[in-house]
Formats: sequence, C-alpha cells, structure tokens
Amino acid sequence: MAVLARSSSPSSLSKLLRPHSVSSLRSFSSSAADDQRVLTIETSVPFTGHRIEPPSRAVDTTPAEILSFFRDMAVMRRMEIAADSLYKAKLIRGFCHLYDGQEAVAVGMEAAITKRDGIITSYRDHCTFLGRGGTLLQAFAELMGRRDGCAKGKGGSMHFYRKEASYYGGHGIVGAQIPLGCGVAFAQKYSKDGSVTFALYGDGAANQGQLFEALNMAALLDLPAILVCENNHYGMGTAEWRAAKSPAYYKRGDYVPGLKVDGMDVLAVKQACIFAKEYALANGPIILEMDTYRYHGHSMSDPGSTYRTRDEISGVRQERDPIERVRKLILSHELASASELKDIEKEVRKEVDDAVAQAKECPVPDPSELFSNVYVKGFGAETFGPDRKEVRSVLP
Amino acid sequence: MATAMALRSFGRRTSIAARGFSGSCETEKAAKDGKPINLFSAINQALHIALDTDPRSVLDHLVGYFLFRCRLIINRVGSLFCAYVFGEDVRFGGVFRCTTGLADRFGRSRVFNTPLCEQGIVGFAIGLAAMGNRAIAEIQFADYIYPAFDQAFTAAPMAYSTKTEDSIVNEAAKFRYRSGNEFNCGGLTIRTPYGAVGHGGHYHSQSPESFFCHVPGLKVVIPRSPQQAKGLLLSCIRDPNPSIFFEPKWLYRLAVEEVPEHDYMLPLSEAEVIRQGSDITLVGWGAQLSVLEQACVEAAKEGISCELIDLRTLIPWDKETVEASVRKTGKLLISHEAPVTGGFGAEISASIAESCFLRLEAPVARICGLDTPFPLVYEQFYMPTKNKILDAIKATVNY
Repeated sequence: MAVLARSSSPSSLSKLLRPHSVSSLRSFSSSAADDQRVLTIETSVPFTGHRIEPPSRAVDTTPAEILSFFRDMAVMRRMEIAADSLYKAKLIRGFCHLYDGQEAVAVGMEAAITKRDGIITSYRDHCTFLGRGGTLLQAFAELMGRRDGCAKGKGGSMHFYRKEASYYGGHGIVGAQIPLGCGVAFAQKYSKDGSVTFALYGDGAANQGQLFEALNMAALLDLPAILVCENNHYGMGTAEWRAAKSPAYYKRGDYVPGLKVDGMDVLAVKQACIFAKEYALANGPIILEMDTYRYHGHSMSDPGSTYRTRDEISGVRQERDPIERVRKLILSHELASASELKDIEKEVRKEVDDAVAQAKECPVPDPSELFSNVYVKGFGAETFGPDRKEVRSVLP
Repeated sequence: MATAMALRSFGRRTSIAARGFSGSCETEKAAKDGKPINLFSAINQALHIALDTDPRSVLDHLVGYFLFRCRLIINRVGSLFCAYVFGEDVRFGGVFRCTTGLADRFGRSRVFNTPLCEQGIVGFAIGLAAMGNRAIAEIQFADYIYPAFDQAFTAAPMAYSTKTEDSIVNEAAKFRYRSGNEFNCGGLTIRTPYGAVGHGGHYHSQSPESFFCHVPGLKVVIPRSPQQAKGLLLSCIRDPNPSIFFEPKWLYRLAVEEVPEHDYMLPLSEAEVIRQGSDITLVGWGAQLSVLEQACVEAAKEGISCELIDLRTLIPWDKETVEASVRKTGKLLISHEAPVTGGFGAEISASIAESCFLRLEAPVARICGLDTPFPLVYEQFYMPTKNKILDAIKATVNY
C-alpha cells in the first residue's frame, strides 16, 4: 500500500516545489536536491481500520516538505491567535470559531491532495482556507467584514470560500455541509476527472441525522467522497462520550470503511489522505476520523474551561501539539537549527501582523452589497425601502 | 386571589387536568412584589417553577405491566408524569445561562444534555410529551431549528404511527388531529433564542417565527420583557398544545424588570395594549416592542398619538384586540425583524384589510427586515429601526 501511495505523488500546499517522482531523485545526491531527498518517518500511533486494511505507518516525506509543514502550521496558529485578539477588540463581529490545535489536519490533508479535489467544511474554516491557498489578508479582511475579504466581507468568520481551489467553504449549521460534499463528489464522479471531495465535520456533527443520510447515498452511488471527522473530543461544551454512544466515529459508517488517524501528526494525516483518496476513487466513500484537539473554546463566547480541565489542555499542548511534534522532528533529523525555526516563527508573526494592519485599513463593502447576490441581476428581482412603497431600487 | 391560590395548588396535584387553562389562567399585571431581574434569569425562574410544580412522583418507579394497565387512571390523576428540560449544553446552563442550576436542583435525569441533533431533540420531545410529560426542549439558536422543522409540524395532528422522521412541522403540529385526539404532544414546549444581537451575522440572528405560523396546531409565543417571559413561558409549558417559545436574545441581559418571584401565568392568544393612543395602531412582538415604544415616544413629541400593541402570541393571534384598536385609529403599522415578504405582518395586514376595510384611512404599513439574508455587515440597514418606523408613522398618519 505504501508503494502505491508514493506513486500518487500528491502536491503540497507549500510554495516550495516538489518533484513529481521523488524516488527517482534519490540517486542524484546533488546539494540542490538535498532538501528533496526522501525521508521515511514512522507515525507514533498506528492507524486503526474498520473493514479495511490500514496503510503503512512508514510515511515518505522530504526535508523541504517537513519545513513547509512547520511554517504553514505556524502561520495558522498565529492567525488564530490574532483573530482571538481582534474579536476581543470587537473588530471581528458575528461568531468566530478558532482552529488552533487542529492545524495538522488542514496541512496534512493539503499535502496529500490537489486543488482539484474539493474540500467542504464547517464553520471552523479559517485554516482550511489558508491551506487551500487563501491569503492572510483575505482571511482577516473577511473576518472583519471588509471589502477585500474572500467573500467580499459578506460572509464573515463562518463563511470562507475559494472556488479556484475547489474550497466549497465554511457552513454555519452543524453537519449541513456533509450532504453538500456528497453532491460535489457526485459531480466529480460524473466528470471522471480523478478528483475527490473531503467533507469535514466535527465529532458533534457526527450525531446529526443528515450524516447518515448522506453516507447511505454516497455508498449507494459509490461516490468519491471522503468524510473526515475532525474529532476534537468536544461538541460545543459536551464531551464526545456524553454525546455519542459510540465515540469510535470511524466505525460509525457501518457498511462504509473507516480509518482512525492521529490528527495531531501531520504525516499521519497526509498518509491517511493519500490512502483515502485512492480508495475513494476506486471503491466509494470512506470515513477518516482525525483524533485532534482544539485549544480554544467552541466559539468566542466559550472560555473552553468549564467542561474540561486546564490540565487537560496543557497536557495536550505539551505532549501532542502538532507544531511541537514537527519541531522535534526537524531538530532530531537536523533539518534546521532551533534558532532557524525561531526565525521562521518571527517571520510568520510579522507576516500576520502586517496582514492584520492591512486588513484594518480595508474599507467596508459598499452599502449596495446588502442587496446584491440575493438574486441574479436582471431576473425581475427588485428591492424595497423600509416602507415597501415609496423607496424602490433596482438590484445592483 | 384565594381562589386562584387554591386553583394553583390543585393544579400542582392534578397537573394534566390543569393543562386546559390557557385561556382562563390568572393574569398578574402589577408586579409589585418582584425583584428586578433580567430576561435570562426570568426564564430560569420559570423553568425552576415548571420543574418544581411538575415533579417526578413515587409512582413512576413502577414499571412495565402495572404501569401499562394503570395508564388510563394515571393519566387522569396526572401524578405519574413529569417535566423535563433538555437540549444542547443545557446541563451546564446553556449558552445564555437560562438553565443554570436546574441540573443541580432537579437532577441529571430531568435536566440533561443532548447531542447536536436538532431533529432528534424535537422528535424525542414529541415522544416524551405524547406520553403525557412536559417536554421543554431547547434549540440553542432559532437559526438551528430548521433540521427540526419537520418534527414541529407533526406535533399538531397525526394518527399514531412508528414513523419518527418528521419533526416540528409534520409531527408536533399534527399529532392530535391525525390521531383523532387519541394522541397529542401538548406537553411540548420548544424554547429557542431568536433575533438580532447587533453582531450575530447570518446564523445567529434570524427570526423564523413566520414559518411556524403557517402550521395550524402549534402555538408561537414571543415575550417582550422578563416579567412577560416568565408568565408566558409557564403558560406555554402548561398549555395543552405544543408551543414554540421564541426568546429575544438581544434582551437576555439588557432587559431588566421587576418580576414576581411566585408562580404566575399570562394568558396566551391575548394581545396586550401597552400604550393607548388615537392616531395609529402599532403592532409588534418580542424585542421589536422596545423599538416601537421609542418610536411612539418620538412621535408623541410631534403630536402623533400611537396605540402600541404587543401581540405576544402569534398563532392563534388575538385578532379582536388589533381590530378594535384599528377601528378606533383607522391606521395600522406592523413591525418585525423577519424579512417583510411572507412575514407574519403580511397575515395581520391581510386580516385587518379584510375586517376593517371601511375603517382604514391609510394603507397598512409594514416596517420589517429587508428581503435579504440577515447580513453580517450593514445590520442597521436591514433592521426595522426607530427612524424607519417614525418615518412610516408620519407617512401613514399624513396619508
């Protein structure tokens, strides 16, 4: 299985280029190719399969890829921390759900797939957007409801989209995106372009009926749909075991195979996503359960400490943090020095601060945007003033 | 008053029988014995009272065959059944602290968390209520109620079947009718926060009340203040019909009012004239009442006397009170946060145009949300604000 996985040579989200056939380069140990040499790293936790033989724990990667993982995750972490303070400064309105702690899922998934593969997710969508190639400025501008946001400032925190990278966006209602993802997968199957859709949902949404409706349809039609349960162990303020009779979410598809993955290990996520994509294209849907953790509360109004202990959070930070894991990996393989990594983090911090400053300068959308995109222009729609009689305007 | 007290204590003992009173329950308008509390505390008080007055009795430890045989008798005595509160995170107090302390006092068997599954919550509540219990289900935000929409429609009229797929609209609303009164889920109350908060964005601000007003068999109730909320919620809980209680979340902390500490109920389907006037009738509900009131005050400065009516129950609504007022003033303005097209204001407008056609001196005005999705930016443009209402008052009065 590992051999097969390697041949699929996924593209990485990083700006660093990676050759298509990694193994062929291994013999030419030129200095330029040094950071492209293949490293095989074993995941610390084995995959657990449900009705399926799990993939190998040995994951192929390159120094360049590992360094890009570090950087990408550091950007995401920093962005979420900045969003936290912007929310507290009341510059972000609406609701805001932060992803810090779960970065390995977004980054590992991107490393395994192409931008033609679809991703659809819930309202915890900022980092997935960055993973799909969105910029920090677009993200912050959208968070603050500004014109340069990825949805023109009309969506806000829960509604990030990026069509050119097949990012079907953030959805506000728990579990609602899963059937949508299956619809996207059907269109992909029809077009026979070898792409799949990753429909992400949380452990809370795993108890929604529509998941099972969508799963049944996907299995009936053999859709290339990969249902990714980002299990951060708390559905809002309720622990998974209080909300789910069986918290083994990878098994809950019953007739649909599943795979349990250490979602704090970016390499494990990558391996699982390569495996799942291949499986889904050949056989139909599969469930991936990513065992992960969110450091922040469910949303900004949740301090995140009433239903779990602070010790639990700091324990995860110390032992399972996805960024620290990659940092250790880099240091133990001597891919970069500790001070070089610090420099990367400083750089990231500046990048984020600059994007925040730029987004703050950004103007709010034009008032006419309130009425645009409700209907398609020119199809007879008309809008009214408050009294519905005197003031009328044609849709912009 | 003594009779009322006696009735109330009798009601405690015969809780099922006491459900038939919504039209005739006592009204306590003067709240002189109350403490100033905010809206979420008032709701919390009401829930405490509801659980307290509808307790689990010794009888319900009896199970199986005996219970089955005794159901008829027990139904009449009403002592087997019990009130429950459940929903997402309610055991810890809920996101708006409305259920704080309930689990500690009444136990985790009566106050419990559910998974994030709105259709499941409401369907479950219908089943629980169909067994004669008072099921008080919470949907965390009214914006999340749509997965449970189907179930709500069922609660009114349905032949008993094992189907559980539909919820509010197909199950709750039709249970009694389609079973020829053999079954009902009258003990069902769905509590859910609705409306704008100033920065809620698309999915934490909507006002979906009019969808539910299209369903005969449901009651839709929206309070305007803490005192109203407590009395109306207790009425909803004890009403023999399934009801949806929309709580104005903007007012949870903002609205503070003296609320009597004791058990009281306010009548459903009875609008309240909260301000007498002669030039124009203003009708609204929930959080919009405070906006309308401000507009009344402003209008009064310009010599326009507004009569302000809080509809309180949307279905079945108190047509008589509105009609009587319009017959007096000859003009009507309706205001709600939900988009104007297809909002409940349209129903009021049509009914009044029909029954008071010859008395109307100006077209009925509707100052409501715009026909756009609830926006993240420009919420103030969307909202039926005081100035918009004031403009419309003047336009209507000077028509």
